[in-house]
Amino acid sequence: MKKLFAALLSAAMLLSLVSCGGDTATSPAPSAPAAESESVSSTFKAAMVTDVGGINDQSYNSMSWAGMQKAHDELGIDVKYYESKTDADYEANMITAIDEGYNLIICVGYLMVDALSEIAPQYPDTKFAIIDAYVDEPNVTGINFASEQCSYLVGVLAAQMSQTGNIGLVMGGTGDAMNLFAFGYYAGALDTNPDIAIQAYNANNYADVAGGKSAALHMYANDADVVYQVAGSTGLGVIEAAKEKGLYAIGVEVDQSYLAPEAVITSALRLIDNAVLQVCQAAMEDTLEGGISMYDLSNNCVGYAETDLLSAEALSAVQDAQAKIISGEIKVPRTNDDFVAKYGAGLYTLDEALNG
Amino acid sequence: MSSKKSSAPSTLGRSFWQRVLFHNMSDTLLAIVLGFLMGALALVIAGYSPLTAYGKLFSVIFGSPRNMSYSFIEFASPYILTGLSVAFSFKTGIFNIGAEGQYVVGSVAALLVGYFIHAPAFIHIPLCIFAAILAGVLWGALVGILKLRFGTNEILCMIMFNWIAYYLSNYIVNLRPVLSAPGKTWSHTIQDTAKITISGWSSLLSNKVHAGIFLALAAALAVYYILYKTTLGFRLKAVGHNINGAKFAGIPTEKATMITLMISGGLASLAGGLQVLGVTYKISQFAGQEGYGFQGITVALIASSHPLGVILAGLFYGAMKFGGTRFDAPSEIVDIIMGCIVFFIAISGLIRANIQRLAERRDKHAANDP
Repeated sequence: MKKLFAALLSAAMLLSLVSCGGDTATSPAPSAPAAESESVSSTFKAAMVTDVGGINDQSYNSMSWAGMQKAHDELGIDVKYYESKTDADYEANMITAIDEGYNLIICVGYLMVDALSEIAPQYPDTKFAIIDAYVDEPNVTGINFASEQCSYLVGVLAAQMSQTGNIGLVMGGTGDAMNLFAFGYYAGALDTNPDIAIQAYNANNYADVAGGKSAALHMYANDADVVYQVAGSTGLGVIEAAKEKGLYAIGVEVDQSYLAPEAVITSALRLIDNAVLQVCQAAMEDTLEGGISMYDLSNNCVGYAETDLLSAEALSAVQDAQAKIISGEIKVPRTNDDFVAKYGAGLYTLDEALNG
Repeated sequence: MSSKKSSAPSTLGRSFWQRVLFHNMSDTLLAIVLGFLMGALALVIAGYSPLTAYGKLFSVIFGSPRNMSYSFIEFASPYILTGLSVAFSFKTGIFNIGAEGQYVVGSVAALLVGYFIHAPAFIHIPLCIFAAILAGVLWGALVGILKLRFGTNEILCMIMFNWIAYYLSNYIVNLRPVLSAPGKTWSHTIQDTAKITISGWSSLLSNKVHAGIFLALAAALAVYYILYKTTLGFRLKAVGHNINGAKFAGIPTEKATMITLMISGGLASLAGGLQVLGVTYKISQFAGQEGYGFQGITVALIASSHPLGVILAGLFYGAMKFGGTRFDAPSEIVDIIMGCIVFFIAISGLIRANIQRLAERRDKHAANDP
């Protein structure tokens, strides 16, 4: 009997907890609409759909959500995210967001291209934005980053910081989007030091840490002392190699110096959060246009990370380059033709050199 | 259900409520209620109102015909099949933790046949489905051979086979003829003749309602029939109950193990195949295991491994998966709920034994006090 009482009591406690919780948790709810009614637009709602990386991926999805939260704080719009666990979720998530009345739906990542090209024409009144991709519909905005600009800046830094005049590049794959990184890096390095030697390697894999490491070790053995990685997890191996050899590596996407503060001299940043915030604002003000929107240095959506390892000389050179890119004095090549026209053929050729 | 009944033989002559308590279905329902209570606790701790959140969950799942078709058709059908795969193996004394890998090889087989072969739909679709099933049957048989020939532990083997399937799929997707374009991370899409999507029937339904649900239901009925109405099923269950007893009775236990691995492999790979033919049409490079097979274990446990129960459990799981990422709380809450449900089902035997002891003691008291 005692046990039964205990069980009943604990059940009662559990229930009371639940009901208390209900009260405390609902109490902020009424205040939320009040706060909204004060702000300019209470009706605008923006949602984002994550790719299979999930909301806590510390990368695209996390940064996009950070941008959405900024948009909530600064613009007072309603924001929400829908998490995708598998490919099958993309479409379902978009549809749910549409059903719930969201005006703008941001799709994080090119994996959603197929799903979006199916959904967008069905819902012409909803605005869509997709990161790093593009779908040819009037209500879709492609959020594209000037990856060549931030790569140019880290190329300048690599050439400045290299003692040997020999630097490296490890790529996770090729393709138009990936090549932007390579063009920018080459251009930045060559503009700084026309005689610089650049070793490039295409791992053709974004998840091969060991492969990235051995490629970087190979480059360091061949006199390179700075290696730039654009290779996802494969790039983590590059940073590991730099740490081991006491040489330098350059990170990508986010400031990766936390991985190895003594080895990562800078990182090519793509500030997805800023871009997402700008997209939300444009959509709210109804100025968001379909087509590809470029997010670059001029609107603070790409950049480089500063660390203590960078010399004063290198810093002033990179600030100079940044100002020149923004003013249009330096045009960083975006296509192979532009690159070859300015720097000559044979330096960076898509198929041969990268597979070295 | 029958196995649990036989494990509590003294239920006759007890009160109505005790009989209800001893019944399996009520165990499960109780576990579900408790699971939701634990979920509510987690919601409170995370600072959400459980009532609002559950209300939202409910309204998302049942909110519209479209949402219901997402919940109970599009999302549920793979779970019914992987659940069935695991349940079948449980019934026959094997723990098919390899459903994940079997699911993957099934989807790869369906993709390859769906993309490379050109044929009219009435040939193409059965061919894809056959390829998907065959892939899983062979994948299961491989484990069977390793177990029977070399005495390898089938659980370890299947866990490793999951990873082999995972990387095999990534490798195949990355091959030049399969990859949609250089630099992309997903395969070509299957030919239109291989697609089994039937959403065109009604604009009220979700975009990817597919005929796979019928196959899933048919598979559940077939497994029920095999397990409970055929000699094969009797033999398999006998091996599951007591392998030595079965051996003594002259049942070829090695053959039974092999058949179990092959059938449950085929069921899980059918799930993968149908998902490609009906929903995704292509395979992306995995960023992590998708978990359809592992979640089949949960489904089988909720269903107490009964093939017809798997249908209900699969529908429930599919709905929770659909609702779980769309209600106004972290999607992990649904995983907490599901985990707790499985936990409570697992300890239901303990609870039942305690209640039984309590009741016996009370009976003794009643007998002592005239």
